[in-house]
Amino acid sequence: MKRLNGALIAAALVIAVVPLLGRSGADFNGSDSEGMTAIASLAPGYQPWFKPLWQPPSTEVESLLFALQAALGAGVLGYYLGYRRGRREQNRAGD
Amino acid sequence: MHIMEGYLPPLHALAWTVAAVPFVLRGARKVAKLMEERRETRLLLAASGAFAFMLSALKLPSVTGSCSHPTGVGLGAILFGPSITTVLGSIVLLFQALLLAHGGLTTLGANIFSMAIVGPWVSFFVLRSVGALGAPQAVGVFLAAMLGDLATYCVTACQLALAFPDPASGFGGALVKFLAIFAVTQVPLAIIEGLVTVVAVNLMLQYSREEMFAVAFLKGGAFLKGGAR
Repeated sequence: MKRLNGALIAAALVIAVVPLLGRSGADFNGSDSEGMTAIASLAPGYQPWFKPLWQPPSTEVESLLFALQAALGAGVLGYYLGYRRGRREQNRAGD
Repeated sequence: MHIMEGYLPPLHALAWTVAAVPFVLRGARKVAKLMEERRETRLLLAASGAFAFMLSALKLPSVTGSCSHPTGVGLGAILFGPSITTVLGSIVLLFQALLLAHGGLTTLGANIFSMAIVGPWVSFFVLRSVGALGAPQAVGVFLAAMLGDLATYCVTACQLALAFPDPASGFGGALVKFLAIFAVTQVPLAIIEGLVTVVAVNLMLQYSREEMFAVAFLKGGAFLKGGAR
């Protein structure tokens, strides 16, 4: 099972890295912002009628918050799996 | 797939919000019931939410030369069913709308509808169908997470095409444009989400079988065989 999981993670990494190598000239914009560009071409007069209440002041702060979100998720998930694994091994030792 | 703040006309924003509210309320009731009857599953629920938190923060490059991110809600749909996952996904979307200016409050309803309602329901039905066909569990998990992810982005494309039809070719023309941007970019990412979700389920099956049987079997036992059905 360990080997299978490793292979699956490796496959996921390859799929993520291949575009970076194969399309090295591309700008890798977010598809969300490309969607907004498409809206601008379909409805040139459209103005967003509501603005975000708060916006990260720079792309650095924005990437900080995204990293924080991922770290929070990974932290909780890692805690959970580690806790369960420890419990399981404790139960086995007790049997 | 997050539609940015203010980018849906007011009537559309309202309509998607009205459509999403009953699902969110139903999900909230189910979470409350789960915490009452199966309180021991709260850590697994937190872990499923954490998985969505983690994956939806990862902007990954795609073969189209642009970036997008997985949704991470397939795991919740597989373990807890789609209604409870609607709540998990909504929390992620609200967090991103308020703190990251990613998505928005006026578009929250539409984004919940695509990522926290349609995605998880598609995952759920795919899992059941594949399970009914007798395919191995990992195949079901992979397809459920992958197709749920893809469905989310197709819904986003539909939502935008409805709001911004092409002046010449109408809804259909706009849909093709938005699908090219969102759905095509998403294909490799959806595959990644499918693979990673299989790993997550494998790890959970290994370390917390009891907990998984407690929830995964509640509603007709989506995919696990044997155990405390």
